[in-house]
Amino acid sequence: MLVLDVRASLGDFELEVATSIPLEGITGILGPSGSGKTTLLRVLAGFEKAEGHIFVDDEIWLDTKSKTDVAPHSRSLGYMFQDARLFDHLSVAGNLKYATSRTLSQTKQIVVDDVIDAFDLSQLLKRRPTELSGGEKQRVALARTLLTNPRFLMLDEPLSALDEKRRSDILPYIDKMASQFRVPALYISHAVGEVAHIAGRILAISNGRVQAIGPTSEILERLDLLNVTGRFEAGSVVEAIVIDHVARHRLTHLTIDGQTLTMPMEAGVAPGDHVRVRVRARDVALALIRPESISIRNVLAATIVDLFHVPESPYVEALVEFQQQRLRARITLAAVEDLSLAVGMHVFVLIKSVTFDSSPT
Amino acid sequence: MNNLAAIWLTLQLATVTTCILLFFGTVLAWWLSRTKSWAKPIIEAVTALPLVLPPTVLGFYLLVVMSPNSAIGSFWVHLTGSTLTFSFEGLVVASVIYSLPFMVQPLQNAFETVGSGPLEAAASLRASPLNAFFTVAMPLSARGFLTAIVLTFTHTIGEFGVVLMVGGNIPEETRVISIAIYEHVETLQYAAAHSLSLALLGFSFVVLLTVYTLNRRFPIRIR
Repeated sequence: MLVLDVRASLGDFELEVATSIPLEGITGILGPSGSGKTTLLRVLAGFEKAEGHIFVDDEIWLDTKSKTDVAPHSRSLGYMFQDARLFDHLSVAGNLKYATSRTLSQTKQIVVDDVIDAFDLSQLLKRRPTELSGGEKQRVALARTLLTNPRFLMLDEPLSALDEKRRSDILPYIDKMASQFRVPALYISHAVGEVAHIAGRILAISNGRVQAIGPTSEILERLDLLNVTGRFEAGSVVEAIVIDHVARHRLTHLTIDGQTLTMPMEAGVAPGDHVRVRVRARDVALALIRPESISIRNVLAATIVDLFHVPESPYVEALVEFQQQRLRARITLAAVEDLSLAVGMHVFVLIKSVTFDSSPT
Repeated sequence: MNNLAAIWLTLQLATVTTCILLFFGTVLAWWLSRTKSWAKPIIEAVTALPLVLPPTVLGFYLLVVMSPNSAIGSFWVHLTGSTLTFSFEGLVVASVIYSLPFMVQPLQNAFETVGSGPLEAAASLRASPLNAFFTVAMPLSARGFLTAIVLTFTHTIGEFGVVLMVGGNIPEETRVISIAIYEHVETLQYAAAHSLSLALLGFSFVVLLTVYTLNRRFPIRIR
């Protein structure tokens, strides 16, 4: 458990964060640009002076009261920077060795060969960082950080410098880092989709303060956090069970709280698998009666549990519930008034598009 | 023979000065590149003074400070039994001060170019600040070190005014190449002046040419 209560000021900006983060799996730190995400990581790393306390399990990293302030190089965390920060005067192998040679032998559980295999680095070992592509640099940086056997990893928007295609190349490696090497991580991003994809838990931050912390699905459906989560691809992540594949239509059937959902076939999953699927709020429409003669395949019955008019916009964010699972829908204020939608009403949810969120759990 | 002694003395002076400045200059340049202290511009200005002051001004003050009548000068006499002025040791002290900016400025520049990024990365990989300096900051500043060392060495070889004021013209003690040339000209020994001058010209050109060629052929990669 990472327990922190810190205050730091940088010029006009004030960071004031008090929270506890379980050190398991990936915790997404989500917030708009300038909300203090990177500052928070820098305070945890000891790169920025702060007051308060930081406890990591039984270790004290910062405690202003007892005048404890552990130097950055003595805090056993891994920091993967936005710009990779490989050492240009060393080869890729030299960069990895820089990490391993400074780690005490009794704490070495993560072995170099395993990491080289896992991140497909064997072809790159002799190269210089300047000869690597952006994606390769990030892979080396991730491997290098892992090799210090940190208590937890901090990843500062590791994908922001990459184009769309390269991002999807790197994400599996980040998944691997958490699953294969079992290193907990704090993952900074301002992109909801990215965080929803890999994080099991989200810390929402804005203006240097914590807005909420909780399971990803819960945070993403909270309408009061729209300023944090809703700026980009607002949506929901729901859990579903695979029923079967329909090869002829290239479709997969899933069940959500007993209702059937159809989506493009995904060969990687098998009947019985528990999966997470992502539905963007703008791909969800609501109807009062079950529509017929319509091309949309997914029509599910649900109840409205929350409605929130996004200030100064034509939109209303609606939250609907099946039995336990919830979904966000973006509809217009005009539609809400025309249909007299209200909390508690039974509606039909029309879902235009569904994507898989991660491999089977 | 006379000339060879002057050349040997000059090389000794330049080598000792460069070694001393390599240590103190690095420390000072590192501090200047990292500090947020209000004193930074003051120290920077003081460091740059030898660049703009006439060597005679510097030499004059050094002479005053190092004379046996001053605190420092008399302490030196007490310590070693000989005066600091008109001695090789005195020349070293004067050269260190005179050549200080030639060591500090290229290094400070190089350290500032490296920036805090790689050092934070090193810290996150468990390198202590001193260790990070030797394993990351120094290699990444290699070109800065090369430039600083060459400039300091050649500049010390070429100094004249300060040496004349502080050291005078004592064979095998303070008569460096530039003083020897001056003396040759004064005594109308143009042939001897020519050979020394040409040697100095050739040496300086070859050293600088080597540095610039190395810089071009083996660019040290710093982002």
